[in-house]
Amino acid sequence: MGPRHCPSPCPHHSKGSGSEWEEVTGRPSDVRIMAGKVKWVTDIEKSVLINNFEKRGWVQVTENEDWNFYWMTVQTIRNVFSVETGYRLSDDQIVNHFPNHYELTRKDLMVKNIKRYRKELEKEGSPLAEKDENGKYLYLDFVPVTYMLPADYNLFVEEFRKSPSSTWIMKPCGKAQGKGIFLINKLSQIKKWSRDSKTSSFVTQSTKEAYVISLYINNPLLIGGRKFDLRLYVLVSTYRPLRCYMYKLGFCRFCTVKYTPSTSELDNMFVHLTNVAIQKHGEDYNHIHGGKWTVNNLRLYLESTRGKEVTGKLFDEIHWIVVQSLKAVAVNASPSLTSSTANDRILKYNLINDTLNIAVPNGEIPDCKWNKSPPKEVLGNYEILSCAFLHRPGARMLMERGGYDEELAQGDGADRELRSRQGQSLGPRGGRSRDSGRTVLTTWK
Amino acid sequence: MLQEESDLSLVIAQIVQKLKGSNLYAQLERQAWASLQRPEIKLESLKEDIKEFFKISGWEKKLQNAVYSELSVFPLPSHPAAPPEHLKEPLVYMRKAQGSWEKRILKSLNSMCTELSIPLARKRPVGEQKELLNKWNEMGTDEPDLSLFRPVYAPKDFLEVLINLRNPNYENGDSLSFRTHLGLIQVPLKVKDIPELKEFFVELGLTTGQLGIDDSTQVPPELFENEHVRIGQKVLAEQDSAAAQQYIRQGSPTALRAELWALILNISSQPEDILYYEQLKTNVIQHDLLVDSLIYKDVKLTASNDDYYFVFEDYLYQVLLCFSRDTSVLGHFAYNSASPPRSYIRGKLGLEEYAVFYPPNGVIPFHGFSMYVAPLCFLYHEPSKLYQIFREMYVRFFFRLHSISSHPSGIVSLCLLFETLLQTYLPQLFYHLREIGAQPLRISFKWMVRAFSGYLATDQLLLLWDRILGYNSLEILAVLAAAVFAFRAVNLMEVTSLAAAEAVLADLSTLKVMPLLQIFLFATVT
Repeated sequence: MGPRHCPSPCPHHSKGSGSEWEEVTGRPSDVRIMAGKVKWVTDIEKSVLINNFEKRGWVQVTENEDWNFYWMTVQTIRNVFSVETGYRLSDDQIVNHFPNHYELTRKDLMVKNIKRYRKELEKEGSPLAEKDENGKYLYLDFVPVTYMLPADYNLFVEEFRKSPSSTWIMKPCGKAQGKGIFLINKLSQIKKWSRDSKTSSFVTQSTKEAYVISLYINNPLLIGGRKFDLRLYVLVSTYRPLRCYMYKLGFCRFCTVKYTPSTSELDNMFVHLTNVAIQKHGEDYNHIHGGKWTVNNLRLYLESTRGKEVTGKLFDEIHWIVVQSLKAVAVNASPSLTSSTANDRILKYNLINDTLNIAVPNGEIPDCKWNKSPPKEVLGNYEILSCAFLHRPGARMLMERGGYDEELAQGDGADRELRSRQGQSLGPRGGRSRDSGRTVLTTWK
Repeated sequence: MLQEESDLSLVIAQIVQKLKGSNLYAQLERQAWASLQRPEIKLESLKEDIKEFFKISGWEKKLQNAVYSELSVFPLPSHPAAPPEHLKEPLVYMRKAQGSWEKRILKSLNSMCTELSIPLARKRPVGEQKELLNKWNEMGTDEPDLSLFRPVYAPKDFLEVLINLRNPNYENGDSLSFRTHLGLIQVPLKVKDIPELKEFFVELGLTTGQLGIDDSTQVPPELFENEHVRIGQKVLAEQDSAAAQQYIRQGSPTALRAELWALILNISSQPEDILYYEQLKTNVIQHDLLVDSLIYKDVKLTASNDDYYFVFEDYLYQVLLCFSRDTSVLGHFAYNSASPPRSYIRGKLGLEEYAVFYPPNGVIPFHGFSMYVAPLCFLYHEPSKLYQIFREMYVRFFFRLHSISSHPSGIVSLCLLFETLLQTYLPQLFYHLREIGAQPLRISFKWMVRAFSGYLATDQLLLLWDRILGYNSLEILAVLAAAVFAFRAVNLMEVTSLAAAEAVLADLSTLKVMPLLQIFLFATVT
């Protein structure tokens, strides 16, 4: 979250508070109390949001009034930040998305961003972009082979023919909740995305929806014979320097049906897709627990059955992927705020609570000059994912030392960034080597 | 001195007798024969050399573990002339009560059978066998009509039986005194008080490191956790059951737990064990038992709805259906006050030659039974290993939670221990709850019968079960139950009905077990 219009990173000013402003304008003192309350707007009628605002004693206003905090739907965000209809936020306004959040949520943009990020690092000679003898990235190999359709159709066909018995997954770029996803194992199944396909004559190029197609990973980790995915919440308070937090209480979503890589089940979405929206309609969907586990359960299970090291490595790598993806790009769209079970409601309420505590500390009026480095006590269930210092494999070592190093490290890291920034020109976004810090190089290999 | 010696030789004789029939004995014999090839084995000192060889190769350790296992499981005979019933249960009135309870259960099962016109057992037609084999890994997707089946009994039915237990030789007197027990259990069994518990559970004391307390994120791991993990790895390397049991009193690191439990329970997955499990699976495929439906229903009602265990639904069928058919489980009835129900081949009622045990393992499942298996799925994902571990846990511990006996780890003693602790150390709370018609045992009984499975968060439950294994006793369940009441005492003092008391204690999923136990035992002023 952050005010949109500060073009450069906010230096570490001391917190601006409402009281300064009041003194300058000489307002009567009793207005000070009212003026101290954050004014909020939202266009999403969800109790997990509204309850959190109300419990802080914030004041609800409409969007035409003077507001401090606006929790917007994706559509509204687009309007606010669009070239034609958009407007400039003022210094005391915060919204819940960065302007270019769709760079992360649209699958094609995400893929483009990661591919470009990797190339940039390679060009700079960054050790992060190192490859092994087969040309695979050592540290940045976290996206399976992916192509955009219809743009890369021919490239895809070439790749497909190399291993014709493999399965690929087709995902529409702009949709969520598992809509429109399907699996293929024959070229004929995606004929209509071929650029010069005859069958596409009645569907013009411009209305043909963009898809990404990726190599399907058909040996996923199974628990109880079922496939699952992870729903993790990440809060980004600033991009430069990158400050992000991962909510400790993420969860896993299980398929209701046992996983089988058999080709006859390719059409059975209940086997392959874990989105709740799809699983909800399966016969076996259970409304009490919704097929979910907390990430802590997952951790316990994996540590018990696979060992602590492997589990630690898994979670480190997850954090790594999150941080690298953020670096590669900008922001995300709205997480689902619909709660499907009672536990879910509690989780999301607490999530928003912790989020607000970090983004709007002490319920003070937002100020773009804020330090944005909240004290540990307000983190709640978030933990700091420091970008600057989270380099594997050394990160694990650092995190094991009592877990306090991250904050210290982050402080150091941010300083180092600033120092390096002053010394160098601002390069293309995301690619700046904070990695030139000495500690990084010694913790690799 | 002489008496002790003869007792000891009796015990040795019995253990030797038992082990002679075991697989380990055959393996040792084979190893001994094979060792004759070795250069260091000399004819003149054959015995010593072979002993030395066993020591070095680790076979002696295996034998030690087996002996230790026997000692842990089998009660020592009190007297060479004691009849076998005494091994099951020395007190006559308890034996009688267990006997009548069993009759009731069996009657209930039989009448369900007759009402629904379903045979207790039937052979499956070939088509059905094939089908079951195909979906062996996903029996959870089956949706047979189970609406007509009811659990044979629920814990609260069992509680009523225990409440009515009386020792005919014990005269209470009508007048109330400070010795009067105000709880529901009215039999005079000896239970430990807090000083005795402190001694028994000495490793849970305030000055000893614990997993579940001293491994929390605020505590630097150098203080306790790292060293404890190191010791655990050493114990595993030594493969010493007794050492593992001592070690685990301070809790097991999550990564070592599966192996440690297997070591303590003396389970090693030999090919014979896997084969045995496969045979049980074949039995399931070929024959359908009435109890299968009961198991099915239980899993659907309990584990499938649990936040943590729903994922493992299919494993539960694979374990419990095989368990019902495992006749080796019958062996535990030698020291269980319960006896396996008998049934007769159709038309041959009363004829001993046609008597069979039903179900084949002699254990009739009740509502919540599958929750004994569920937590184990977090540790073992290989079905035959999971099966072995569960079976051993059952014949060592869980059976005591639903049979009537005077054993200190039996459910009757646990109930009495719980009530006594509460009455002695939280008398105001106890009295208040009793006054409002909320006898504490009515709430805590279900926790203890299930060994808290399904009530605590899984990581906490596993820490609790670590201690059950470590102390080879279930008494910790009663202590924890009392500690929970102590923890929520303030809220409980304000309730005015049983329902409200239940509500205060409905959700235990946020409790941290070890701090509760430690505070209750070691930090409360008594």
